[in-house]
Amino acid sequence: MAALTELTLAEAKEGLAKGEFSSKEITETYIAAIESARDLNAFVSETPERALADAEASDKRRAVGEAGALDGLPIAIKDLFCTKGVKSTASSHMLEEFVPPYESTVTSQMVDAGMVMLGKTNLDEFAMGSSNETSYFGPVVNPWKRKSDDQPLVPGGSSGGSAAAVAARLCLAATGTDTGGSIRQPASFCGIVGMKPTYGRCSRWGIVAFASSLDQAGPMARTVQDAAILLQSMVGFDPKDTTSAELPVPDFQAVLGQDIKGMKIGIPSEYRIEGTDPEILALWDQGIKWLQDAGAEAVEVSLARTKYALPAYYIIAPAEASSNLARYDGMRYGLRVDGETLADVYENTRGEGFGSEVRRRILMGTYVLSVGYYDAYYIKAQKVRKLIADEFSAAFEQVDAILTPTVPSAAFAHGEKSDDLLGMYLNDVMTVPASLAGLPGISVPAGLSSDGLPLGLQLITKAFDEETLFRVASVLEQSAGFTARPDGGA
Amino acid sequence: MSVDKSTVARIATLARIKVPEEDIDALADELSKIVGWVEQLDEVDTEGVAPMASTAEGTVLRQRDDVVSDGDRRDDVLSNAPDTDKGYFAVPKVIE
Repeated sequence: MAALTELTLAEAKEGLAKGEFSSKEITETYIAAIESARDLNAFVSETPERALADAEASDKRRAVGEAGALDGLPIAIKDLFCTKGVKSTASSHMLEEFVPPYESTVTSQMVDAGMVMLGKTNLDEFAMGSSNETSYFGPVVNPWKRKSDDQPLVPGGSSGGSAAAVAARLCLAATGTDTGGSIRQPASFCGIVGMKPTYGRCSRWGIVAFASSLDQAGPMARTVQDAAILLQSMVGFDPKDTTSAELPVPDFQAVLGQDIKGMKIGIPSEYRIEGTDPEILALWDQGIKWLQDAGAEAVEVSLARTKYALPAYYIIAPAEASSNLARYDGMRYGLRVDGETLADVYENTRGEGFGSEVRRRILMGTYVLSVGYYDAYYIKAQKVRKLIADEFSAAFEQVDAILTPTVPSAAFAHGEKSDDLLGMYLNDVMTVPASLAGLPGISVPAGLSSDGLPLGLQLITKAFDEETLFRVASVLEQSAGFTARPDGGA
Repeated sequence: MSVDKSTVARIATLARIKVPEEDIDALADELSKIVGWVEQLDEVDTEGVAPMASTAEGTVLRQRDDVVSDGDRRDDVLSNAPDTDKGYFAVPKVIE
């Protein structure tokens, strides 16, 4: 039998069901893997004792025939999800010591399904970043390295710790959250599958808020099937989130392996964005060919306002963030830094508690919401958002899914883009449009760059059509046959 | 439009974030860059377009039953407080 960390989540689930190994055994294997890969800095908190207790409880449940959908499977949780009794920091100094007395809806469903929690993964502070370099707890190292040099690379962000942990075989799968690309972009950089469901599929309750009209949780895994299995336990209506969708949840796995003959796949030429790595454009063409070979028809669609999605996002997301993060005032929880007056306490607490990227975004958000600028920036961005959403709706009258690259580049080195603010923001240029429109998207690893780094392709479908998304993604995955592995870490 | 130093100081006060004097120049520069870049939205004709606040706009806001669903959790509520006193949040003196 292969090493337990080599199994996919689906294989591990089957192995546990057949009694080939216990949850305790696979959990111990993963705990050891995490300990030996601390140089990646993928975890903010390792929870080996909790994991072993979870595993023993799972083995007991299985012995009496009560195993749930994720029973005994070792999984990592992005440290943006509140987990009862376990520090939940959002990778911020502000919440460095925060121990929630409650559990997020998504993770509580995963606990009910029997998961083993290995720990909390590193992220960009408050999920604001595309390289995991804004974390208060230091950057995460991508387990992949370029052929041409030995420089540590970023895993992408904000769910960089989760992506690195999945790629380096430090967990079977992990949760992420995606506001403008924070699941899909790191998935592309780390050679794994990352999926953002439709806005409203996963409850946001108990997830530290960044931009509430965009934030969505989703699975990060090594295969499309694994992502479908994990998502199944994450979704569902939750009355505690007013934007939670009260809709039936399909069986996401049921569509895997179904053919895509006759399906129409939209190809938006506007995603041939200037500055995109030519290798990525070639991979995109290859992806189109794979889907055509599988019987689908490629159809040109126009998403003419694509280039305006990113600037609209960088008004809307900071505006919502400035409002959401007003709660960190040093009074009821989180950091407090004393001062002469009450205003001083607020200002000192927030001055020390937030890192530079979070501070910049709060200030940007405060600016665009301030008197005199509200209409010119914030309302304008919301109107552009509406036009972008309408363009997608029109496209989905013609096609079943849209195929694009996930990111314009492969993973870059630590510090390489730190001085280039807008260059860093451009990482999300291909993922942000679907976020603004609330649509589901998935990044599937599809090939390697000439320098040996993974590259992903993105699929997008209409709202609440995750079944089509998984169905096409599964075909894309099979055609790509991506089996490359990172050298470091694992 | 460029964001000058006094604007940075003003929005930092509005956001209740203490910004050290030596950071203000760099922030003015960065915010000017971002604001200048987002102003490309002016190229888009949005005449008559309704602003979209959320993609969940079509959903009907629910009302829950007006009953207590949770409670008696004082210690949980206070468990992360920087300071407490006799079962209350303790905050700096506000009124002289």
